[in-house]
Amino acid sequence: MTQPKDFGFDADAALLRDTARQFLLDQLPTEALHRLVASDHDPHRAPTNNWNPALWRQIVELGWTTVAVPETAGGAGLPLVALAALAEEVGRAALPSPFLATAAATLVLRQCQGAGTRDLLGEIAAGRTATLAITPRSGAWETAACDLYLDNGKLHGSAWYVQDAAKAEVLIAKAAHRDGLALVAVPVTAAGVELVPDSILDLTRDQAHVHFHGVAVDTAQILAAPGAGAATLDAAWPGVLTLVAADLCGAGEWLLQTTAEYARTREQFGRTIGFFQAIKHPLVNLMIQLDHARSLTYNAACALDHEPERAPALARMAKAAAADAGAFGASRAIQFHGGIGFTWECAVHLYTKRQKHNQILYGDASYQRARLAELLFGV
Amino acid sequence: MSDQAKQDRPEQAEFRAQCRAWLAANPLPEPPVRLPQSAIEIMHTAQLEYLRDWQRQAYEAGMVGCDYPVASGGAGRRDCQLIANQEMQRAGRPFLPNILGLGMAAPTIQIHGNDFQRENLLPRLFSCADIWCQGFSEPGAGSDLANVQTRAERYGDGWRITGHKVWTSLAHFADWMILLARSDRAHKYEGMTYFVVPIKANLGKTVTVRPLIKITGETGFNEVFFDGLEIPDHYRVGEIGQGWEVAQTTLLHERGAGPWVTPSSGRGGDPERNIADAWGLLELARRSPRAGRTAADDPVLRDRIMQLIIRQEGSRQGARRARVPALCDHPQRIPLQAKLVMSEIRQDVCALAMELQGAAGTLSIGDANAPEGGEWALGYLNSYGVTIAAGTNEIQRNILGERVLGLAKSK
Ligand SMILES: Cc1cc2nc3c(=O)[nH]c(=O)nc-3n(C[C@H](O)[C@H](O)[C@H](O)COP(=O)(O)OP(=O)(O)OC[C@H]3O[C@@H](n4cnc5c(N)ncnc54)[C@H](O)[C@@H]3O)c2cc1C
Repeated sequence: MTQPKDFGFDADAALLRDTARQFLLDQLPTEALHRLVASDHDPHRAPTNNWNPALWRQIVELGWTTVAVPETAGGAGLPLVALAALAEEVGRAALPSPFLATAAATLVLRQCQGAGTRDLLGEIAAGRTATLAITPRSGAWETAACDLYLDNGKLHGSAWYVQDAAKAEVLIAKAAHRDGLALVAVPVTAAGVELVPDSILDLTRDQAHVHFHGVAVDTAQILAAPGAGAATLDAAWPGVLTLVAADLCGAGEWLLQTTAEYARTREQFGRTIGFFQAIKHPLVNLMIQLDHARSLTYNAACALDHEPERAPALARMAKAAAADAGAFGASRAIQFHGGIGFTWECAVHLYTKRQKHNQILYGDASYQRARLAELLFGV
Repeated sequence: MSDQAKQDRPEQAEFRAQCRAWLAANPLPEPPVRLPQSAIEIMHTAQLEYLRDWQRQAYEAGMVGCDYPVASGGAGRRDCQLIANQEMQRAGRPFLPNILGLGMAAPTIQIHGNDFQRENLLPRLFSCADIWCQGFSEPGAGSDLANVQTRAERYGDGWRITGHKVWTSLAHFADWMILLARSDRAHKYEGMTYFVVPIKANLGKTVTVRPLIKITGETGFNEVFFDGLEIPDHYRVGEIGQGWEVAQTTLLHERGAGPWVTPSSGRGGDPERNIADAWGLLELARRSPRAGRTAADDPVLRDRIMQLIIRQEGSRQGARRARVPALCDHPQRIPLQAKLVMSEIRQDVCALAMELQGAAGTLSIGDANAPEGGEWALGYLNSYGVTIAAGTNEIQRNILGERVLGLAKSK
């Protein structure tokens, strides 16, 4: 299979993206974001989960949650490059929301065969929120690593680093069974589910670890049968990495533009600081890095629809490039804002912290390159 | 015997032994609260009082300001401060809190001040009876420090200060400030005069201190407003209109390049743990799972850790070489690199630490599962304080290019 020249980015996708950008500019300007997530600056504050559920309901009405749900399950079934473009806007706004977690869950569900899958996808399209509960305590990102066990119809154990867990209604949990890995849908309200919020650097999301104390699972909740879980997750994984890469690109562009604007206006030595090449050149280097990352992200997203056999490698490229560009931009934005950039009041730190989180999430750049090398060398 | 001790002169060796004996005989009680990573992040009086008490003890034991003349509150020793610093570090002691006083105000007053200032202000500075802050930066005068607009006007025999300083570390606790002010608006560089000004005594009157919050959520720096503060002329440091030259002495010391060695001891947080130190990455990597093994098994990460250890040792050996003039081509070449290089190594070390931690790198200070209590991530954020403060690293590169390599001035 080959990719379409335009990445599959059609007029519907463009309209969706443009509408999303304007909507977020109107509904969550930077000052509103700051008020929403940064009202408590105490570094020892209890874990927070600051978001705007009313805004999320509007987002559901705008149809963002239908994008990746196939038409057969009641969704819009748009090309995945449209989902990547949306994720980029979400990153540009540093939107605290269940969007990314739910989109990642959607991508996993698309690969599932279990009887309940179609209904759950339909519910997600209609606004039900979900997240992946697939990481063990060690933080290992590999599919096989698992601290949750499915035994005699009950879940025991834990899942860690669960993204936006406190905003999710359903957990898509990976569980080890004697016949192999399974994927299971578990409502967060199910008896025996205990959510413990983490204190994290990123103020624009929440994270938790989840203990499962003998949570009962019936067959309708089995999304991927024991033994089928690993292949299912692996098939979805390029999409999940692409989403995070897109968020990094969007937030990275915000940091680039915000810093460029500061460099066009802040004066020292009787000139705007952008005059100095110590500022100008790194900003241009950042622009180049971000452009590579963004192009690679669209490439990976397009591959998900058109050449899935290449998607694993292309998604690793995208996440690696975006993680590096994201971290570099996060760093230069603070530095080039000088003293102001080191203050809580200046919104730059909100984006910097989101970038550091996404840089790490599902593996940083050198982790991605190591996996890419395994794919390209064949070992 | 340590490498350091082998080369001591007899009186230095004797002093080192004294320091060691005193430190061994006088252990510090455990801090009552978590200590911040450095003095400019002290937020609470409980932190300050513990550290202040430590500095007072260290002063009374002769380890703070010992190279300064007796008349200035010192011990009149020669080349002994470095030894005291080495021994305090070796003993794992926390940092000295009066960092802006010790590192900047003291050498400036010693070199440019008058007898009144040296005799009355320095002993209390060394003992930490008085906390000092530095009032240089203003909203419009950061990198372009010579653009300060805070006014110093003649008023009878003295001066009246009006203006707005910003990013003033420790001002919330400060008794005194070193102040760069404009005494003549007609001249940029020749129009500045340097003062010492009492802050705490005038709070609520002609001085207002407003805390600013850092990206870490910590406080520690402030805005300071002067609304006609009146001070006598003997609070002036150096000649009228010579403020810029006097300030150069302050800045040289701030960047670790001045002739007076700044009294300093350990680091913050938990001294047992090598937070923000490249060597600390070895242990962290051994403990961090990575692709089915540990980060210490990953050749790429091993290489990156080795790069940082080499850079850090390069910089440490550089500090050593800078004290051997015969091995240096230019007296300022290494000293002027000190803050630039150290701050960037620290930033890169903390950034790599967060990568090594993998998923756990998302956790912040106070999370029960964060490696080393989240101090690495906090150190990463705080590292920007250092790459920006004391003249940004961009400005440091300009200075090195211009003063050492003779490149054209960029402004
Ligand atoms: C944690 C912290 C503590 C501080 N404590 C104190 C204190 O106690 N007392 C005090 O007086 N000040 C203090 N400062 C202030 C510090 O010295 C200034 O922030 C610094 O000099 C930069 O000034 P600015 O913030 O105005 O940034 P700007 O000067 O506006 O700089 C913005 C950006 O432009 C770049 N830039 C500016 N000019 C040039 C040029 N010619 N060439 C290349 N790049 C350039 C800078 O490098 C920076 O990246 C502190 C700052 C911090 C962050």
